[in-house]
Amino acid sequence: MSTIAMGRGAPGKRWVNGLAVYAVLYLVFIYVPVLFLPLFSFNDSIYVAFPLKGFTLAWYGKMANSPGLIAALSNSVRVGATVAVISTIFGTLAAKAVTRYRLPGRGATVGFIMLPLVIPGIIMGIALLLLANFVGVKLSLFTIGLGHMLVTVPFAMLVMISRLEGFDKNLEEASLDLGENGWTTFWRVTFPLAIPGLIASLLLTFTISFDEFILAFFLAGTDVTLPIYIWSQLRFPAKLPSVLALGACILAASFVLVTFAEWFRRRGVQVKTTSGV
Amino acid sequence: MTNNHIISIHDVSKRFGQVRAVNEVNLDIQRGEFFSLLGPSGCGKTTLLRMLACFEAPTDGEIYIDGQPMSTVMPNHRPVNMVFQNYAIFPHLDVRANIAYGMRKAGLSKTELNARVDEMLDMIKLSGYGARGATELSGGERQRVALARALIKQPKVLLLDEPLGALDKKLREQMQLELRALQKSVGITFIFVTHDQEEALTMSDRIAVMSAGKVLQVESPMRLYESPNCRFVADFIGTMNFFDGALRDVADGIALVDAGPLGEIKARVESDPPLGEVVVAIRPEKLRIAFEAPSDAANMVEGSLGPSAYLGDRSHFYVNLPGHDQPVAVASQNVERLASGTFEASRTVWLTWTPEAVVLLPRE
Repeated sequence: MSTIAMGRGAPGKRWVNGLAVYAVLYLVFIYVPVLFLPLFSFNDSIYVAFPLKGFTLAWYGKMANSPGLIAALSNSVRVGATVAVISTIFGTLAAKAVTRYRLPGRGATVGFIMLPLVIPGIIMGIALLLLANFVGVKLSLFTIGLGHMLVTVPFAMLVMISRLEGFDKNLEEASLDLGENGWTTFWRVTFPLAIPGLIASLLLTFTISFDEFILAFFLAGTDVTLPIYIWSQLRFPAKLPSVLALGACILAASFVLVTFAEWFRRRGVQVKTTSGV
Repeated sequence: MTNNHIISIHDVSKRFGQVRAVNEVNLDIQRGEFFSLLGPSGCGKTTLLRMLACFEAPTDGEIYIDGQPMSTVMPNHRPVNMVFQNYAIFPHLDVRANIAYGMRKAGLSKTELNARVDEMLDMIKLSGYGARGATELSGGERQRVALARALIKQPKVLLLDEPLGALDKKLREQMQLELRALQKSVGITFIFVTHDQEEALTMSDRIAVMSAGKVLQVESPMRLYESPNCRFVADFIGTMNFFDGALRDVADGIALVDAGPLGEIKARVESDPPLGEVVVAIRPEKLRIAFEAPSDAANMVEGSLGPSAYLGDRSHFYVNLPGHDQPVAVASQNVERLASGTFEASRTVWLTWTPEAVVLLPRE
């Protein structure tokens, strides 16, 4: 009697509640394991187990005082920054070719550039290692950077394609029509409008390179990146909490960077001209 | 190429793979003319316009602007400027910066440039809008900024690619008159692309009607409307009634045509057309409708009244003729305020028209 009397609203409401519950469970499933990192990084114990023993910042102190860690962090930042800049340049050029010209075999070219994303990291790592040996290149941060570029250029290209497609092709033609040549058009029109996309691409590719482990592991020489350093520390139980502290810091930094990247990308999309009316 | 032709298009074709978007077009456009390219979507008018601006290169033929061949000249060096269909206003610049964009290489001092931009803002009636961001403008405002941005460069020719398409009806009609007045005061040749035949008729000195890459007829609006040279043009511009007929005899400028359901009709002709199959074409407003049999008329036919529509200033009737499957469209001005006669369907009516009202077209 009551459900029928409640009328049309009731079944709809139940459906929405079900979705809400699902959404919450989904978020919990993804984020709760990750949140253990910061949780135990403040825990006054070297064992990652409940019950929590007390609040301490000691692990953060230890982390800051570890030279190996600082070196690895510096390496990761340098590799990440270089990879970000170079792959954004390549990705932008590729995106311009794809969106602005009638390229024969365009689909195949894009697919080819995207290929590294679908090859398993371990296979790529081994293949690149073999290639490096074959060519006679010594392993170093340089080889790590090259390996990373294979994976970051496709991402940069995708971000820039979405940015360039979002804005009016006629804008560049209008600039030419008004007397500018290709080069000045790029600086006066294309570049200013592409900046939000460029920033998003830089942040995204930096994050990918910074976090990347498998290729770095295969291609590292004597200098290691941060993920490799962390992995090497996991054998020592006493070192674990410092690693957790580091993990919590990286988590926070990544979160901030990706949020920025997304904010910039969205701001850029709004700038697109609506047609006429 | 006489001195008065600012643009000469010689045998220009443009092929995209197998498709001939523009097919051997020959056009001469006069200085100071408001010239329209009119045709349905896909007829090649925009492609032709883009070739004038050098965003496409002709596959064959040559374009001359003011006597100079344009095949080797890049778009940024041509004496033409273009207003794009969606205006292409630079979203990251304000109105002033947009208008002044093309003047970077003009060598003007800052004060001179500012003065010119102010002049332009006055001309488009947007004074005081200088600091507005481009994204804050309405459609009509954007269109005017696009115009000012092009005109400040004082080009020899202004190309406009369906610039009024995105505006609502009232604004469009207002802009049509404004553009026309602007063109007359500035004196620059305008080349205007549109698919709206009313728009072309309103604004142009001459119109080129295009279909499937070819130019079918180039005339003033009045001659295009009253003397189309083929069925496509007659049908595309306004409404037209068509009847298949056979030209029997010509004497003293009057042709006798056997027009099937219309009977034998008299048509005024200027030259001596060949005898044989023709298409008889009569505009709806050239047909007079009467409820009694007329006593004396050069051409008349009896029919029965079909649906009619009262439009206030005029009425549209559809008259069924025995032997003709299409109803004949008739348009008449409601000249009398309290007209007599009722318009119920199936009523017998008579249509009359003068010999001058008939257009004879080739049978295709």
